[in-house]
Amino acid sequence: MDSELKREIIVENYQNPYHKGLKGKNEYFKANTNNESCIDNIDIELKVENNIIKDANFDGEACAISTSATSIFLKKIVGKSLNEVKTLISNYENLINEQDYDENLLGELMAYDTIYLQPNRKTCALLPVNTIKKILKQIEEEKSWK
Amino acid sequence: MIIINRKDFPILNNDIIYFDNGATTLKPKCVVEAMNDYYYNYGANIHRGDYKISLEASEAYESVRNKVAKFINAKNPNEIVFTSGATDSLNKIVFGFMMNYLNENDEVLLTKSEHASNILPWFELAKIKKIKINYIPLDEYHELTIESLKNTITRNTKVISVAAVTNVVGDVRNIKEISKIAHSNNIILVIDGSQSVPHMKTDVIKDDIDFLVFSGHKMLGPTGVGVMYGKMKYLEKMSPINFGGGMNQYFEVNGEVEYKSIPTRFEAGTPPIAEVIGLGSAIDYLEKIGMDKICKYEQDLKKYLISKLENNKKVILYNKSSKSGILAFNLEGIFSQDTAIYLDYYNICVRAGNHCAKILKDEINIKNTCRLSLYFYNTKEEIDKFVTAIEKSDDLYKVIL
Repeated sequence: MDSELKREIIVENYQNPYHKGLKGKNEYFKANTNNESCIDNIDIELKVENNIIKDANFDGEACAISTSATSIFLKKIVGKSLNEVKTLISNYENLINEQDYDENLLGELMAYDTIYLQPNRKTCALLPVNTIKKILKQIEEEKSWK
Repeated sequence: MIIINRKDFPILNNDIIYFDNGATTLKPKCVVEAMNDYYYNYGANIHRGDYKISLEASEAYESVRNKVAKFINAKNPNEIVFTSGATDSLNKIVFGFMMNYLNENDEVLLTKSEHASNILPWFELAKIKKIKINYIPLDEYHELTIESLKNTITRNTKVISVAAVTNVVGDVRNIKEISKIAHSNNIILVIDGSQSVPHMKTDVIKDDIDFLVFSGHKMLGPTGVGVMYGKMKYLEKMSPINFGGGMNQYFEVNGEVEYKSIPTRFEAGTPPIAEVIGLGSAIDYLEKIGMDKICKYEQDLKKYLISKLENNKKVILYNKSSKSGILAFNLEGIFSQDTAIYLDYYNICVRAGNHCAKILKDEINIKNTCRLSLYFYNTKEEIDKFVTAIEKSDDLYKVIL
């Protein structure tokens, strides 16, 4: 992906983010991440039925990288199973941390393949997955109750 | 016209434009050298030994107490207590004095533009003592007016605790007038001088201030040292909140203990000796230039900055009328942190965020801003470079992504 295209993807998702605005209904699982090292603050909510993500929304104030990564991530996970989401997360984390990943799975998320060059921005790029991981943990905890 | 020799600040050789002076200031060589001199040549503990270098260290340490007293025009050097910074000073006032002084339903007046260090200790005290915290409403420019203060005082108001200059809005408050009103209502006045003492002449007598706090590192001094000034009649009623070495006269197995006199009883443990000595050197440096000259220079610089920005439609200014060298701004449609990262590309240091004034968002309806805060070593040339970078910011995402 050339740098012009990467920039376009990031700016487009920052300025016109996917599913920005929470519905705040009870059937959603929610989590917040308030990045301690900077000022990003994002809430994500997911609706899950039969292990499939049915809806995903977010809100908050954050930089271009966090906001766009959240937008792209939510777009990608709607309709996917929880296991597919976990695989996507680990591939994305590997991308950010310079380890092996499957390019075909990541698609638009490849826009962040050079974030490692700015180490202080890695937490921005990882903000959505850290928040989604919190939600996945909640879902698992709920299952173990049943 | 620049009022100092910029070579005094070695870090400026790195070609940075440092506009984050509200967070901390750069250090002139003389401050670091004064600390080195202590460490290399007489680095002993104070108030202990009977040997020469310990006496020398004690004298250097105590001489700074006199220097600070003179700097803020305190009557008595014993009214100067060294702390780790303004936060520590405020905690000492709240938990060492107000804890005993205030009772249930007493009111403390703050404003929504105060720094966290002048809010959170009061929140804690409110939980313990069931006191009430009220906020003096700010005007349309987010500034504190005397009228508004008068209207907020009730017969239960016992304390007013406000910054002399706030750290985001940067409004310069009329402390003399506030103190007149406070004292005519038997209210104690606590002043957070963190953003004022480094930038203008402070006079605790003329302004009749009961408690004043400030940090050394925001006025060219080292980190880890600050000051709590209190009128002697209040310090006499204050309890220490840290206990241990250095502050006790004697103690017995049965728990009987006598504390040392004021101010030593409030300085438990080995104090930041090198840092206090460094602060002394910072004060010398500031006084050599003159506080009035510093104040005027910064005000002129702020006016220049505003004149360069106010017609730029891309820039939102939140406090252009405030008199201090602090400017809160955003670029239209850009998250403050992205702006700060963009400016860093030009080696321009500004801060993005809420600047520890987390309830100010209720006031200005915006959570995060970029803050540019000036000091006397900044220049018009630096402002020009900043303005050029802002003008070129259509390229912002090309630079940061």
